[in-house]
Amino acid sequence: MNYPPRLEFRNPAQGRALQQRLQRAVDRAGREVTVMHVCGSHEQAMARYGLRSSFPSDLRVLMGPGCPVCVTDAPEIDACIALAAQGLRVLTYGDMLRVPGRALSLADAKAAGARVDVIYAATQATEIAKQSSEPVVFFATGFETTAVATAALLLQNPPENLQVLSAHKWVPAAMEVVAATADSQVEGFLAAGHAAAITGYGLFEPLVQRHQLPVVVAGFEPLDILAGLVELVELAIDKKAQVVNAFPRCVSRDGNPKALRALREVFELGDGQWRGIAEIADGNLKLRPEFAKWDASLTYAETLRSVAELPERPWASDCRCGAILSGQSEPSDCKLFGQECRPEAPVGACMVSSEGACRIWFEHGLDGHHRQRRVGPSPA
Amino acid sequence: MKTPFADQFIAAKHGAGGPAMRALIGSVFLADVEDSEVLAMDDGAAIPFGDQWLVVTTDAHVVHPVFFPGGDIGRLSVCGVVNDLAMMGACDVLALTSSVILEEGFSIELLRRIHASTQQACREAGAKILAGDTKVMGRGEVDQIVLSTTGIGVTRRVIRGGGLQPGDAVVITGTLGDHGLAVLSARHSLGLQGDLLSDVAPLNGLIRQVLLAGGAGIHALKDPTRGGVTAALSEMAERAGVAIVLQQQALPMSDAGRAASELLGIDPLSVANEGKALIGVHPDQLQAVLQALHSHPLGQAAAHIGQVHASEKPALLIDTGFGQRRLFEKDAEPLPRIC
Amino acid sequence: MCLGAPGQIIEMQGTTAIVDFWGVRRQVALDVVDEAVAVGDFVLVHVGFAIRRIPAEELDETLAYFAAMSEEDLEGWQPPGADRSQGDPL
Repeated sequence: MNYPPRLEFRNPAQGRALQQRLQRAVDRAGREVTVMHVCGSHEQAMARYGLRSSFPSDLRVLMGPGCPVCVTDAPEIDACIALAAQGLRVLTYGDMLRVPGRALSLADAKAAGARVDVIYAATQATEIAKQSSEPVVFFATGFETTAVATAALLLQNPPENLQVLSAHKWVPAAMEVVAATADSQVEGFLAAGHAAAITGYGLFEPLVQRHQLPVVVAGFEPLDILAGLVELVELAIDKKAQVVNAFPRCVSRDGNPKALRALREVFELGDGQWRGIAEIADGNLKLRPEFAKWDASLTYAETLRSVAELPERPWASDCRCGAILSGQSEPSDCKLFGQECRPEAPVGACMVSSEGACRIWFEHGLDGHHRQRRVGPSPA
Repeated sequence: MKTPFADQFIAAKHGAGGPAMRALIGSVFLADVEDSEVLAMDDGAAIPFGDQWLVVTTDAHVVHPVFFPGGDIGRLSVCGVVNDLAMMGACDVLALTSSVILEEGFSIELLRRIHASTQQACREAGAKILAGDTKVMGRGEVDQIVLSTTGIGVTRRVIRGGGLQPGDAVVITGTLGDHGLAVLSARHSLGLQGDLLSDVAPLNGLIRQVLLAGGAGIHALKDPTRGGVTAALSEMAERAGVAIVLQQQALPMSDAGRAASELLGIDPLSVANEGKALIGVHPDQLQAVLQALHSHPLGQAAAHIGQVHASEKPALLIDTGFGQRRLFEKDAEPLPRIC
Repeated sequence: MCLGAPGQIIEMQGTTAIVDFWGVRRQVALDVVDEAVAVGDFVLVHVGFAIRRIPAEELDETLAYFAAMSEEDLEGWQPPGADRSQGDPL
């Protein structure tokens, strides 16, 4: 069976047309334009397709706090490791396996004998719990899109040996923090299409009004990202504070009410630390009391209390991730960058994930625009 | 600053074929070695033998699961070694030896199946196992089965992974990433249904045809196993001191391999192949080599995927059609992603 | 932040469906999809759950939008920073 070609938007000729439009838009501004995306998958797609190498030189596309791997706090990882160290079987998405807590990662714990398994679909957690007579801890990480799947699992009334350790986060809260940063240079946000498929683009309207910044919802095909950036740059230089949906095939104004209902039924918002950034008001998704019997943070409260006392990494207070993610600093401004903070032993969020700004700078040796000179002939 | 843990103990990354593994080999195994043949860290070693070269290579095989779609550890253990010999130009395999370490409780019926598949791969490669050894360890002391194979081959001309020259074309003999994606899907019980099969196959017959067609124009050979095409080409670029630029649009992929890589968020360039070779060939011989590949059953999907450029610093880049980016070796096998 | 894959429903059994992605099939939960779906529909899938029905007409509109974009005059344009020389790259 051939994949329907109309689900793919990867035509390089169309991409060049959009790159040209983007160049014209930035030329019209006649100055540097700074926008921010808030989605690790956008960075991933930009990296995969090499989009940054063709951005106009006066366009800065910053990477905001949009990668759940980056912003899951070290103590949250340590909590999961503590449960694994107690002999419990732990299930995690592959993304989190190698992310270090304050001392170890789940991969380190696994190497030391802990039972840690990678799952790919949330439904596997229930399947594994059903086949097991002992408790199974599901380390539930990710933003609202992924939290919806966790909510749906719990609404299916799974066996009680499924224990959910929620580190789910709510992105709009972090966008609010960045937008409210007084000296932020960000002129507009490229919002994450898949999260907006759940929340709807209407969710961004209050933020747009409050901070007078445009928000463009974009998808993840290379053409989606380029088209989204064209829209965003044009809104930014015209100082039009509005929400534009550049991903209509997956996003509506109201989003997915059924998924939102499930999300609200299972989770409530709570304050929480985002790694290397700040304590974000209403930034975390916590299980409601009605779901206490599946809540690993309650079931194993005793074990988890000991985690709080782990020492912070010695240089954590020098970390500039918060400033980097809000567009005020660049990785090279941080004195830890490439010294104490390296990919194999990251201090801050931006060095943790392969999509983190510091990680990309470190590995690719890139300049402020993540750009590099081409090799060989240019495309015709 | 590494954690004490990372300094003192072996971790999975030390076997992933990337920088951490090379660092470990350098700091432990090669610390007191002066022989340049060994220090070359090539796929095998070449020893002068009359007017020819004896090529020796060895490989320990562990795979989870032991039986995977498209193959098993037995087939893998033969192909791994036969292919390492072929990558140095030794397409005639003189002998193989095989040692097996079994976990107490392993099924003899499964062992028979593994043996049958080992013998089948030997027939395909025109190779024979002439010596072997069997050990058993207690339950939990080893994961089911470990197969360690050594191969000896002979060639008139030794080819090196690092022989690339500016101007060379880079060719791959077939679709990318099938083995790694098939094993990964089976290992994590990802529930993918479709014809996602490992490509594990002995390449010596195919490479013989390539060497006949390309002659002295074949400058470099390497099989993109652990770490995939990215690791293999990074190493080739590093050794030759050149830049390689790949063309995304030219990369051949099976439908199922492509589907799995999109669904799991895994770069097909960074996962293992067990039946593919990368060839650096002078442009004058490119068409003849492609023709030879396309007329062999294992080379149907062969494609010219990139170009070698002179460069002060070695580099591996890819032109995506939207832009250009560098490819970097990773220290760990990729995992399925959700974000 | 969230890897989503579009696929086509080829079979339905209650609240689960078999979805085809580029020729590979996987079981997908339909618990939270936003509207009724049927065999032949396109859905966006994340961590094993369909989170949105993708209307076919929106796909056509997106295709048309990108096609219209590419009709612009591209002659003589190249990405900024593009270097036609084959000299030292780095």
